[in-house]
Amino acid sequence: MGAVRRIDAARAGRPGPATADPIVQVRGITKRYGSTEALKDVDVDVPRGKLTTLLGPSGCGKTTLLKIVAGLLDATAGEVLVNGKPISGPGPERAFVFQDFALMPWATVITNVAFGLEMRGVPKAERLETARHCIREVGLAGFEDRYPHELSGGMRQRVGLARALAVSADVLLLDEPFSAVDEQTRRKFQEDLLRLRHQENKTFLFVTHSIEEAVYLSDAIVMLSRRPGRVNRIIEPAIDRSGSPDEIRRDRHYLDTVEEIWHSLRDFVE
Amino acid sequence: MTLFGVRVPMMASLILWCVLWEIVGRLDLIFLVPPFTAVLAAAWELVNTGTFQRATVTTLWAFFVGMGFAIAVGVPVGLLMGRVPAADRLLGMWVNVFVSAPLSALVPVLMILLGMGETTVVATVFLFAVWIIVLDTRAGVQHVPASLLEMARSYGAGRWRTLTRIVILSALPEILAGIRLGMIRGVKGVVIGQLLISIIGYGELFELYSRNFLMEQFWALTILLFAFAMLVAEGVGMLEKKIEYYAGVRQ
Amino acid sequence: MSSNVHSPGAAAAAVSGRPGRALARAAGALVGGPMLWRLASVALFCLTWEVAGRIPVSYAFPTFGATAAAFAAMVADGSLPAAFAVTLLPLVIGVTLSAVLGVGIGVLMGLRRGAEWIAAPVFIVLQAAPMAALIPLVTFVYGIGLTSKVLAVCLLALPVIALNGYKAVRNVNPSLLAMARSFLASPWQRVVRIILPDASPVIFAGLRLGVSAGFIGVILAELLITPTGIGDLITYHRSIANYAEMYASIASIIVFSAVTLAVLQTVEVALFRPEKKGT
Ligand SMILES: Nc1ncnc2c1ncn2[C@@H]1O[C@H](COP(=O)(O)OP(=O)(O)O)[C@@H](O)[C@H]1O
Ligand SMILES: [Mg+2]
Repeated sequence: MGAVRRIDAARAGRPGPATADPIVQVRGITKRYGSTEALKDVDVDVPRGKLTTLLGPSGCGKTTLLKIVAGLLDATAGEVLVNGKPISGPGPERAFVFQDFALMPWATVITNVAFGLEMRGVPKAERLETARHCIREVGLAGFEDRYPHELSGGMRQRVGLARALAVSADVLLLDEPFSAVDEQTRRKFQEDLLRLRHQENKTFLFVTHSIEEAVYLSDAIVMLSRRPGRVNRIIEPAIDRSGSPDEIRRDRHYLDTVEEIWHSLRDFVE
Repeated sequence: MTLFGVRVPMMASLILWCVLWEIVGRLDLIFLVPPFTAVLAAAWELVNTGTFQRATVTTLWAFFVGMGFAIAVGVPVGLLMGRVPAADRLLGMWVNVFVSAPLSALVPVLMILLGMGETTVVATVFLFAVWIIVLDTRAGVQHVPASLLEMARSYGAGRWRTLTRIVILSALPEILAGIRLGMIRGVKGVVIGQLLISIIGYGELFELYSRNFLMEQFWALTILLFAFAMLVAEGVGMLEKKIEYYAGVRQ
Repeated sequence: MSSNVHSPGAAAAAVSGRPGRALARAAGALVGGPMLWRLASVALFCLTWEVAGRIPVSYAFPTFGATAAAFAAMVADGSLPAAFAVTLLPLVIGVTLSAVLGVGIGVLMGLRRGAEWIAAPVFIVLQAAPMAALIPLVTFVYGIGLTSKVLAVCLLALPVIALNGYKAVRNVNPSLLAMARSFLASPWQRVVRIILPDASPVIFAGLRLGVSAGFIGVILAELLITPTGIGDLITYHRSIANYAEMYASIASIIVFSAVTLAVLQTVEVALFRPEKKGT
């Protein structure tokens, strides 16, 4: 119970950054696939420069919501604003990291990473330069000329991340990027993501079904209910991330928050 | 495809092509193409003649006997190849050669070995159909999940029961797919065999019509054959769908 | 408790399974690579043929040795190479034509709903249908020359090539398409950079099937209507009861088509399947 209060207090204690400077605003989004209603009247504000997580059980519409924000899917009702302007499709200010990596198997790592720049008409020398930089950034230096099938799952997702970084979009949309990699890689990845978030002044909208991951990474957690997905509540963990990863994972506040979310999710599961 | 907001099923465009055929036929541009309705009329007449009915019986008999042999041989050989690596290595190459070889070149051999009769047509059907059945059965057996085989072993199933209770059932979708493809090839085989022998079944009729420039009858026979081929393919396809559900579960 | 109940059976299965597998492993280690197996396979085939010819199963069934000798003689006197040249010309022309047309139509059907609606059912019917029945008709129009043979090849090769192209494009990885869209690829860029590369293995496999169908078509045309090339060799030697020569012609065209298709398959793996190379 103590955790609840602390979270709520944390939330009340701040002037609510969610409304201060939202870069992405989701307004009344409803999505139906035929007769199944995947999302119902969802409102979310994604604060600029923060990492916001969409958390919810499988099939609650997380991917659907993220793809609507990406402009890959059309909503049945409602609209998405980016920088205050309604979107009508994918745009240069958003980049997507896919759950199944979506790498071109016939192309090398560097060609894959440079793909977004190529589509934007960036000259070859320049885009290879940028791609090389981003490959180094995600820790894949030396693998530029390999093919995706020569890489492990974790490395493939790094390629996907580098590709999204390369186009220097303001918002990175990540759909369960670590779900297809093993636990060790996943942890390493999470730390890299935290580091990247501090280095680059980017906004992250992140989908996961792992409570620990959400609490560990996020500034704000948007909890979605079961299908049809609706915003159940928004939690701002406010974890002190100055310590080492191990210290954070043993931190009382971290553990309490995980526990708290688990309790409130359990009501849906049953 | 939607037209004016109404979904038009894909096969409906065949009607359009038939109409086009009718128009070309009516215009009398090419003597080879009589109007579609005339062909249909000829088909109706044809179906009611004794020669056609006898030819159909001959053809169907050759087709089904040949297919029966192809399944009776193809499935066990495929099972053997899937289960026994040595058999796979010895036979694999030849199955792969014959599945895409110009088997039409072998029909003359069959003609001198088996005579100019129905046996040769049966053998042609067998030869056209059997290889793909072997290949698909083998693929099905090799795709049986290792965990299922281990499960059977851990519960004490012997070789025979593993084969009958696990392997064959698990490979059934692929086996049926092989039989369907085999049937499509078998129809081609029966036609090629009869065309080359040209004194029995539809082959004789084709020979008769094309020698005497009876275009309406020629097309009528072709259409009936095509319809039969589609019917066979669809029939097995439907059977396949019935068990498709566990092809999905199996993965 | 339950493990106690089941373990005897499992042990028995393991014991009964082991000798066979151990034997196979030992044999594998002894005999070694796939090349040796292939040689053994060929040797077994030839041996069976030789024995069947020696019995003989039929007066019209020459031994393998006699057939090989006939093959050598026909290569030496130039009749076999000449026949091959005559047979391969329409095959190459027909397959090239079908490839250009078929891939074009197939890709168009995959990309455009309208084209799909109009054309796909026709090709579905044509692929399932015994197109060989139409070969006699072709002779009516074009006589017994090269054109007829080319058309016979196209008749059989075009449907399978077009259908493969169509299926290849329709089954492009949707995730890659979404990726291209999200990185702002134009429709044209999507076709050129994603759809065609992703579809090309299946398109190429269709070409291979087309070549295989083309072989059937050209031989059939030669046997049925235009007595030239390999088909003529087969018919001629059969008519004068030169069975060894007849078998040699047939075996040579079958081996030739098998080698051609194997080469195409190797090219396919080398070109399109980086993930399958070296495994
Ligand atoms: N293309 C689709 N057609 C029909 N239903 C879909 C489709 N995509 C997703 N759904 C349904 O919508 C719901 C939400 O899916 P999704 O957004 O993928 O959930 P999540 O990512 O949270 O697991 C699920 O119940 C799923 O079955
Ligand atoms: Mg999802």
